[in-house]
Amino acid sequence: MLIKRGGGFTSSEITDHRLYLGRRAFMAGAAALVLAPGGAPAAAPPAGQALTAQRNAALSLSEPPTTVESATTYNNFYEFGVNKEDPARLAGSLRPRPWSVQMDGLVAKPQRLDIEEILRLAPLEERVYALRCVEGWSMVIPWIGYPLAALLKRVEPTSQARFVELTTLLDPEQFPGQRKGLFNLGSLDWPYVEGLRLDEAMHPLTLLTVGMYGQVLPNQNGAPVRVVIPWKYGFKSAKSIVRIRLVAEQPKTAWEKAAPQEYGFYSNVNPAVDHPRWSQATERRIGEFRRRKTLPFNGHADQVASLYSGMDLKKQY
Amino acid sequence: MSRRSRIALKTGVWAVGLWPLGFLLWRAWAGSLTANPISFVTNTLGDWTLRLLLASLGMTPLRILFGWSWPVSLRRLLGLFAFACAALHFSVWVVLDHFFDWGTMGADIVKRPYITVGMLALTLLVPLAITSTAGMVRRLGARAWRRLHALVYAIGVLAALHYLWLAKKGVQDPYWYAMVLVLLLGVRLWDRARRLAGRRRRPPLVAPALVVEPPRGSRSRL
Repeated sequence: MLIKRGGGFTSSEITDHRLYLGRRAFMAGAAALVLAPGGAPAAAPPAGQALTAQRNAALSLSEPPTTVESATTYNNFYEFGVNKEDPARLAGSLRPRPWSVQMDGLVAKPQRLDIEEILRLAPLEERVYALRCVEGWSMVIPWIGYPLAALLKRVEPTSQARFVELTTLLDPEQFPGQRKGLFNLGSLDWPYVEGLRLDEAMHPLTLLTVGMYGQVLPNQNGAPVRVVIPWKYGFKSAKSIVRIRLVAEQPKTAWEKAAPQEYGFYSNVNPAVDHPRWSQATERRIGEFRRRKTLPFNGHADQVASLYSGMDLKKQY
Repeated sequence: MSRRSRIALKTGVWAVGLWPLGFLLWRAWAGSLTANPISFVTNTLGDWTLRLLLASLGMTPLRILFGWSWPVSLRRLLGLFAFACAALHFSVWVVLDHFFDWGTMGADIVKRPYITVGMLALTLLVPLAITSTAGMVRRLGARAWRRLHALVYAIGVLAALHYLWLAKKGVQDPYWYAMVLVLLLGVRLWDRARRLAGRRRRPPLVAPALVVEPPRGSRSRL
């Protein structure tokens, strides 16, 4: 029953910098060699391309990562479907290029940023974080990106901006899960909207993410750009983002709208606050047999607990 | 019905009843129990418990609607397979999921409504499984046996609730199962109402001896 876990990767596996710079030439060659079933279009989605970044060891877990296989086949991404295997099976319909992110709201410099520009905006780094799903399982994933703060600073939030609203692409053509279901029970209220307080969004741990496992982000993991907030339950980490809006009022998130008593705005990982239907005291690390204790703020208490001083986290869950 | 077709039917039920176990063993052998095998095995066994339970509850409606008598002879086997699946589902929860952490499991049974009703459904299945033999029917008497086995309606409702209450928003399967259950129980209610109405309309002068009663034990109570 145990899944064999890969031993992570060693520094020798990190792509040489010269090779990295020559990756387009390499990909052109590779594309000529590989017969993609169905024939990849000219602007082929870059998922799977190597993407190298220096590991930020200070902000990384030292645990070995979950296997790539598990992290790319066991996903919650309702835009593709409610079952864990749906995203991997249906991810082909998402087109992560061309892509741009609208940045607006209470900012001095609203702008639309192309994904290529976003990729170049700040040096990419690798961070190994634990992703704790609200359902009680977790994975250890080496993400690639840079702090969301770098992107936010570029648009210069005004003094009235207190929250950041993140919106996922709305397109039933690309996201089969956004089409109407039989009883219409299947849908969240699309598009998927998530939100953070500005100080949470500016926190150095909050990662604007474009890759994982040394590669460009696969579609089923939120290509081409998502966020990862390691001290919150996984659903807070919005995927396939098309809009980042700075606002004064706390945004109403998709899961809050769907089940407010179960999914709060903050949704910080907290073993002391149960989900109304199940306990959050333990979790199963994918690949492990026994459950392990869940840590407050998913192990980041020393870095983020101060953001919530004076708050009753049982009420503001 | 010929002996041969009865054997064929029973063989079919055995194949269906053993399918979930075979399916899981095959997936385990192929290494494709997903990234979260314990959850996959638990969910598969839970699904099949409901399917087999609904199948066993579907036999009497087939007789009511089409007048067939053969489905009822498959009821016990389907029910026993449902019980086996439920017992395995429970064992996986105890052994693989919680590894005998009785404190946590006990707290969950008390605190989590979906676990409470699931546990109750399994508990109620136990006396039905024990009294499933022909000898037990004789020992209890047909009337008491039928009354006891009417518990299966409550078990069906509890099992459907178990799934409805645990599923996250957007998952439609539990609604399908609940709908089938409502249909199957609805057919019984409709049949019962129809028979009661028929009895009331019957002229009072007809001698009781002329009323053809179905043989005892052949009809369920609803």
